Order: sequence, then C-alpha cells, then structure tokens
Amino acid sequence: MNPSVTEKPVAHAASTSSTALFNVLLQIADDHLILGHRVSELCGHAPMLEEDLSIPNMALDLLGQARLLYSYAAEVENQGRDEDDLAYLRADREYLNCLLVEKPNADFAHTMLKQFYFASFMKLYWPEIQQAGEPRLSAIAAKASQEIAYHVRHTSQWVIRLGDGTEESARRMAEAVGILHPYTQELFEVDENRQTGIDQGWLADPASIKQPWLDAITAVFKSAALSVPDVPFGQSGGRQGMHTEDFGHLLTELQYLQRAYPGSEW
Amino acid sequence: MNNQLQPDSEARRLQAIEIAEQVPDPELPFLTLGDLGIVRGARITKSQIVLSLSPTYSGCPAVQVIEEMVSAALSGAGIDAQIERVLSPPWCSDWITERGRERLLANGIAAPVSGSAAKPALFENVMVCCPACKSDNTELLSDFGSTPCKAQYRCLSCLEPFDYFKCV
Repeated sequence: MNPSVTEKPVAHAASTSSTALFNVLLQIADDHLILGHRVSELCGHAPMLEEDLSIPNMALDLLGQARLLYSYAAEVENQGRDEDDLAYLRADREYLNCLLVEKPNADFAHTMLKQFYFASFMKLYWPEIQQAGEPRLSAIAAKASQEIAYHVRHTSQWVIRLGDGTEESARRMAEAVGILHPYTQELFEVDENRQTGIDQGWLADPASIKQPWLDAITAVFKSAALSVPDVPFGQSGGRQGMHTEDFGHLLTELQYLQRAYPGSEW
Repeated sequence: MNNQLQPDSEARRLQAIEIAEQVPDPELPFLTLGDLGIVRGARITKSQIVLSLSPTYSGCPAVQVIEEMVSAALSGAGIDAQIERVLSPPWCSDWITERGRERLLANGIAAPVSGSAAKPALFENVMVCCPACKSDNTELLSDFGSTPCKAQYRCLSCLEPFDYFKCV
C-alpha cells in the first residue's frame, strides 16, 4: 500500500477482546479472499464477453472487501504484520474461511451457485454487522452491502437460467445443489471467537439470518424449478483451519508470487 | 501572530480541496474528482493538511492511482498533504454532481438513477435512457461492465450498446 496513505484510525470499544476480533476479521476476510481467488480463476474463461467482465468484477469486489478487513485485522493484531502478510504468508491451517468458498469451480453451475449462496448470506449479514456497531467493521459493512446486492442479482439470474434451462443445465444445477448445499450450514456456525463478539455486542449472530437466508434461497429456487434439499448434517471445519483437499492446491497458486518473490508489491 | 497564520492555513486548506476536486478521474478522464463527489474534505493538523477521499467501490483498481494523482497535484502546488481514505458514510452514486451527470451523458454513458429511485433500482430493473437517441426502450445486458462502477445496456430503438453508471 502507498505509504503516504493511511486508513482513518477508528478506536474500537475498550470492551472488545482483540484476539476474538482479530480472528473474526480473519474469518470474514478469508471467506472473501478465497472466494475472490476462486472467481478470478475464471478470468478470461467465461462463456461470453459480458460474463467475462462480470466474473472479474465480482472477484475485484471480494478482494477489495478482503483487503479492508485484512488491513484492520493487521492493526488489531499489532504484531508488525500487514495485509499482504495475512493474505499471502500464512500456512494452510491458519486460514479460517468456510469450506464452501474453497470448493472448486467445477462447472458454471457450481461456480454460480457457490457465489449465489455466499452472496445471499453476506447481503443479509453485512447489514447486521453494520448494525452491531463496531466502528471500523461497521464502515466496511456499509460499503460492502452496496456491492453485494449486485452479486446476488447477477448470480440469482444464472441459477434461474440454468435451473430452469435445458435438460443438461437443469441436471448440472441440481447436481451442484446436491454437492454444495451441505456446505452452507457452516455460514451460520458460531465458534468461540464469534461467541465472544456476540456476547460483547460488537458482532451479530449469523443464526439470526438463517431463516431469511433460507427464504431468499427458496424463492430463487422456486423460479429455477429446483428444490431446497433437506440436509440433516453440514460440512464444516474451516473456522478451525481444517480444510478440504482442494484448498492446498488453491493456496499453492494464490501464494506462489509472494513465496517466489518475497516482499514484492504492486 | 495567530491572527496572521489562521486565515493563511484556512486558505491553504480550501486550496487543497479545490486542487483535489480538479484532478481528473483516471478511468473517466472527462470527469473530475469533484464531479464524482469523492473528495470528502480536508483538515489541518499540526504539521500538514490531511485530505480525505472516498473510494467508489472497495476493489476499484483506480483508488490508488487517484490518491497518487491527488498527492502529485498537491505537491505541485507546494502543499504537503497526507491522503486519508474515508469509508463512512460510504460514497454513493447520488454524490455525483449535476455537472458530473451532464458530462457522463455527453460522453455516451447513462447517468445513475438518483434520489428516491436509487434504492429500488438496486433490486429491480430501472428505466435507463439511451445516451445516443434518448429512447427509454433499452435492455440490461449485464450488471457488470468495463469498470466496477458500470453496467452494460443496449438500446432497442437505435440498437447502440452503451454503458450505464450503476447506482449504489
């Protein structure tokens, strides 16, 4: 980052437990970085020009939001690490993203559905985070809320177009739902860090948006001629650093430049 | 002594804002930062002027370039200023000035739907006028365009594709 540019410092409430805040910031930042990276893998590979502009634009939003969160996390940690150290130089077990966002793009149905699940969640969660009132997080939430609305609109259109499309596209979309839906439960999980935030009042409980999220998903699925599967269990572990096999491969590519050319900057 | 210094530093502060507002946007060079409404103000600290700017989109690649251009413009005028990035309240497309909207239109980009119409415009299809033939018979091609702030439309009357500056 340009050294003459400073983020406006906002003191956070004295009652905030900084370790919990740091970890929650990392969880949300990692969700955005990893999904942003996954989406960026498709830059130049989309099925048509309009989509080839849409996909990197969504990746850009996600990476921009991740950057704001990492900068703040680095300040909260106050150990001399910066946003790049946090984004590029941690080991796999130190990443705290949910498993959904690291799932491979596979086909276009998987790519759009994954993005749709996550965007629909953040569209509801950002306003709650903003409401909780942790000053800096609240400011990031207000900005991100504006951007995520377009991700929801764009990805819902694709879920509908593919789900209610040809026999082949409907089959693939239904398959993506079957594979990805069990990963959505982790979005609503509350680990000890989030619990601290909820108890201290600077974080909203994601469980409070579970029903509105399900309603939003159901409405789109209805237009897409898809049904919401009843999944009795969820895949999780990401918040504790336990990732899927695909994650190591993703990280290899994500970290390559910083590992090969340490300290390089734009 | 104070009496002499105070008005002088206030004049410098106002000059800093004026200079920043004249800097062109790197992606839409026919617009100034003043037209875009991203210059938030300036304040005086003990040693220097701190000038505040807001990003239009959090991942907009132009943000850093804009900050460097503003720094350079201020140094050129002999003003030693620090640039501060302000997120809250977030920039929104309603902050584009009337002149900015006219400049967009003159350069073939439809201006964002503004005011009370802006909120539903995020979620529903809005009526966007073709900047070439002024017809409102247009269709959305994609919510995302060549920069984070634009969407792609097509006019169904004159068949011209055009950019729409999205409302946020």
